[in-house]
Amino acid sequence: MPVHKLVEEFKIDPSKVFDYLDSLYDNIKRVENKIQSFITIIPQETLDRYVENLIKENKHRIDNLKLFGIPIAVKDNISTKGIRTTCASKMLENYVPPYNATVVEKIMREGGIIIGKTNMDEFAMGSTTETSAFYPTKNPWDTTRVPGGSSGGSATALASGEAPLALGSDTGGSIRNPASFCGVYGLKPTYGLVSRYGLIAYASSMDQIGPMARNVVDLAILLSVIAGHDPRDSTSVPFVQSVDYVQELYKLYHKEPKLRIGIIKEFFEGSEEPVKKAATKAVDLLCSYHECQEISLPFSKQIIAAYYIIAMAEASSNLARFDGVRYGMKIDFTNRSWDEAFTEVRTKGFGYEVRKRIAIGAYILSAGYRDMYYIRALKLRRVLKERFDQIFKDHDIVVSPTMPILPPRLGEFFKDPLRIYLADVNTVAANLVGIPAISIPVDFYNGLPVGLQAMAKQFSEPLLLYVAKQLEDRTGFRDILAQP
Amino acid sequence: MSSNQTLKTIIGLEIHVQLTKLKTKLFCATSADYREKKPNTHVCPVCLGLPGTLPTVNRKAVEYAIAVAKALNCEISDRLMFVRKHYFYPDLPKNYQISQYIGPGFAPIAKNGYVKIIVDGKPKIVRIRRINIEEDPGRIVYLGSIETSPYSLIDYNRSGVALLEIVTEPDIESPKEARIFLEKLIAILEYLGVTDPGLEGAFRVDANISFEGFGRVEIKNIGSIRDVEKALTYEIVRQRRIIAGGGKIERETRHWDSNKGVTISLRSKEFEEDYRYFPDPDLPPLRISKELIEQITKSLPELPDERIDRFMKQYSLDEYRATVLVLNKWLADLFETCAKHYDKYKKLADLLITDFLRWINEFNIDYKNLRLDPLQIVKLLRLWDEGTLSVKMVKELLPQIIRDGIDVEDYVKSSGYTRLADKEYLKSVVEEVFRESPKAVQDALENPKAINYLIGLVMKKTGGRADPQLVREIILSMLDKMKNTGS
Repeated sequence: MPVHKLVEEFKIDPSKVFDYLDSLYDNIKRVENKIQSFITIIPQETLDRYVENLIKENKHRIDNLKLFGIPIAVKDNISTKGIRTTCASKMLENYVPPYNATVVEKIMREGGIIIGKTNMDEFAMGSTTETSAFYPTKNPWDTTRVPGGSSGGSATALASGEAPLALGSDTGGSIRNPASFCGVYGLKPTYGLVSRYGLIAYASSMDQIGPMARNVVDLAILLSVIAGHDPRDSTSVPFVQSVDYVQELYKLYHKEPKLRIGIIKEFFEGSEEPVKKAATKAVDLLCSYHECQEISLPFSKQIIAAYYIIAMAEASSNLARFDGVRYGMKIDFTNRSWDEAFTEVRTKGFGYEVRKRIAIGAYILSAGYRDMYYIRALKLRRVLKERFDQIFKDHDIVVSPTMPILPPRLGEFFKDPLRIYLADVNTVAANLVGIPAISIPVDFYNGLPVGLQAMAKQFSEPLLLYVAKQLEDRTGFRDILAQP
Repeated sequence: MSSNQTLKTIIGLEIHVQLTKLKTKLFCATSADYREKKPNTHVCPVCLGLPGTLPTVNRKAVEYAIAVAKALNCEISDRLMFVRKHYFYPDLPKNYQISQYIGPGFAPIAKNGYVKIIVDGKPKIVRIRRINIEEDPGRIVYLGSIETSPYSLIDYNRSGVALLEIVTEPDIESPKEARIFLEKLIAILEYLGVTDPGLEGAFRVDANISFEGFGRVEIKNIGSIRDVEKALTYEIVRQRRIIAGGGKIERETRHWDSNKGVTISLRSKEFEEDYRYFPDPDLPPLRISKELIEQITKSLPELPDERIDRFMKQYSLDEYRATVLVLNKWLADLFETCAKHYDKYKKLADLLITDFLRWINEFNIDYKNLRLDPLQIVKLLRLWDEGTLSVKMVKELLPQIIRDGIDVEDYVKSSGYTRLADKEYLKSVVEEVFRESPKAVQDALENPKAINYLIGLVMKKTGGRADPQLVREIILSMLDKMKNTGS
C-alpha cells in the first residue's frame, strides 16, 4: 500500500501502525539476510514504544502530520541522534551522533519513524554499495548483482518491502543509480533545496539529500517534508520555505501542460543495447504527448573527469577530520607523535577506495597541481552550467537513461575501476550544475530494472514529478516489490 | 665584519586578535566567553567539527572586521569569502581552519591599509597588507612543559572563537618601532570596542625579522607587546652575532620563551608548508554591500588619531602629551573627566602621564579595578596651586589617593599635613641653618645660585613642609641685611 494511503488509515486508527510494523518486521526477517539493506535496524520493541509515545504526545494533531506512523529507512551517512551513524566505515563503526540532521528532525516532526540505517558505499564513495566496510548489499531482483550505489541499502529496502520510504544522498548519482538498478523512484533535488546539516559530507558543493520511494506521490510527500530553508546550512536557499510538492504535482498532472523535452543523444548512444531500448520505449511514451527534440551534450568524458576532480578534492578536505581524537575509531596514542597516530588511525579506519580518493584529492589541491586540475575542473563546471542554461531556454526537461548499463554482477566492477567511474557519466552533470534530476523505473530487461533519468532547471522538481507520474500511469510501474 | 651594525633590520608582524566583545563564536551560536570555564563545556557539534555539521557566519564578527578595516584605512572586499587551510593538529577539530586567503580567486575581507605612528618625534607609516577573519583552534594543555608532560589534554572551549589576523608589510625597522606600532594598533582596537586585548590569549603576535640580504626568521606566538620588543631585540643580537661570525641565517620558525628571555628554534622552513587552500564550499561568497560599509563607517567611534588632534586643539597639549594620554584610553578618559573641573590642562596631563602612571604600574593595578574619584586629582592640584601643598607633598599624597582612596582635603585638615607658611617660625629655622653652615652662607653671599643649597637645608629641617618660595624670600632678605651691615 502506498504511503499516502497508509497515512490516511493510520490517522483513522492509530493502532494500525503497530500491525503495519508487525508485517514490516516479518518481511525484514524474511529478506534481510539475503540482501542486507541495513547496517542498523531499530528493534521492533523500541519502535513500538516510540509509536506509543508519538500517539500520546500528538493526540490532537495527528491529522496534521504528513508522515504519521510511516517507517523510513535512512542512509547511514545522515546523522541520527542516539542511533549510530557509520558511513559504512570502520572509522565510524561505533560513532553515535549527539544531534539529528535537519532532515531527520523534519521527518520526526511530521510523525515519521526512523526504522534503520541503510548500507552504502563507504563515505558514499562508490556506485555499487560494495565499498561498504561491513558487507555488500545485494540487488533484490537478482542477488548475484549489485544494487547500485552509493545509496544501495535505501533502494533495496524499498524494492524488497523493508521500508515504504527512504532517504538517500546523491553527489554524482548516488540516489538515481541505485533507484534505477532496483526499480524504484529516486530524486536528487536542486542543490540547496534540502538542508545538508547532519549529512556527513563527501563533496559539499554537490551533496544533496533526496527522497526515494516506490511511487511518485510518495516521493513528493517525502520531498515536501525535507525541503525548505535551514539557517544552519549556508548553502540552503533562503527563499524556499515550505512547498507542498503533492499539490504542485497534481496541479500539473490535471492541467497536463505539453512540455518541450530534450533527448540527450550522447547518453543514449553510450548505453548498452537493452538499456537504450527500454529507455527509448519510455521516451516514445512521453513523445507521444510532449514535444521532443534530440540535443547534444558533448565532452562527456571531460564531465566525468571534472566531477571526480572536484569530488575528490572536496573529499580530501571533508574527511580530514577523522583522526581518532574526538570520536570514531580509537587507537592507542601512547608514545606516538600526532602524525604517527593520525596515520595509523586513517590507514586502519578507511577502506581502499576512500584512501585512494583522499590521496588523489590532496594531490589535486596541492601547490603546483591545483591550477592544472582543480581550477580547470571548475572552469569546465562553469562551461557545463552555461550549456545547461542554454538547453533550458528551449527545453523544459532533458532525458536520458539513468545508468548506461544494467546492474553488474557483484565484484565485476572491481576488476575495472575506470569503467565504474565512467558509468556515472549520465548522472554527474546534474550535481555539477546543481539542477534536480529524477530516476524513473520504466522497464525490465531479463528481470533487471531499467531507469530513465529526467533533469530540469533549478527548482523545477514539480515538472520532474509530473513527468514521472505520467510515465508511472502508462507503465504501471507503481509499488512493485521484488521477491528476493 | 664591523659593518653589520649598519645592516638594515626588516620586521613584519602578524597579529592575531580575538574579537572578545562578540557573544558567540565565529561559526556557531556557542558562547565565546570561554575563559576560566571548565574545559570542553563551551562546545557544540559545530565547533567540535562533528561529522555532518556546517558553519554559519556570525554577522556581528563581519561588522567588527569591517570597522577594524576602516580604522586601519583598508580597502574592503565587496565579497566575503572563506577558504579552508589544511593542516593536521589535534587542537584543530576539522583538521582545517576556516580562514581567508589573498590570491587569484580569493579575497581577504580587507587589504592595503596603513597605520600612522610617531617614532622619536617623526611620523611614520606602517602599511597593512591584509586582514583575515578566521577561527581560533582549541588549546592543548600539558602537565608542566610540552617536553615533560606525560599526556596532552585538549580543551575545545576556544575552538571557533573569532579572530582577526592583521598582517603588516615589512615596514618596521626596530623593536621599538614594533612596540610603538602595536601600542597604536591595540589602542585603535580598544577604541573600536571589538576586543579586550588585556584578556589572556586575546592578543598574539608572530614576528618576522631579517637583515637585508639574509634569511628570514619567524618568531611565533608572542603574547604581549613588551615580549615582542624583547624577542625582537634578542633576535637582532643573535643574528648579528651569527653574521659577524660569517655565518648564515637559517630560514626557520622560532619560539619565544618569555621566562628565559630567549628564542628557541622550532623547525626549519626550507619548504613552504602546503596548506592546500581552496574555497570553503560550505560558505558561499556573501556580498558585502556599500550600504553596510557606509553604515559601519558612520557609526565608528572617535579613534585615537582624531582624539589626539582634538586634545591638541581643545586642551592645547603638545603631540607627545596628547599621544601618551590617548593611547591609554582609560587615562585619556580620566583626563577629560578632570579637565571638566580643572583648566590647567598641561599641569593635569603631566601629573597623569608621569607620577600617576608610575604609581599605577608600581602598585600593579589593573585600570579596570581602579576605584578612584577623579575629583581627588582635581582637589590635589588645586591645593597645590593655592600653595597649601608643596610639590613634594603632592607627590607623597598621590599614591595614597590611588592606593588607599584617601580624601585629600580631609586628610590635609586632620593630619596638619600642610605647608609651613608661618613666617616667624621659618625665620627661626633659617637662622638656625645660617648658624650651622657659615660656609654655605659665605658662598651664597658671593654667588646668588648657591642660595638653593641653603633652601635645601631649610627644607630638610622642616621635613619638606616649608613653603620654598617663602623660605627663599626670608633667606634673600637676611643675606641682604648681612651685605648691608658688612659694607
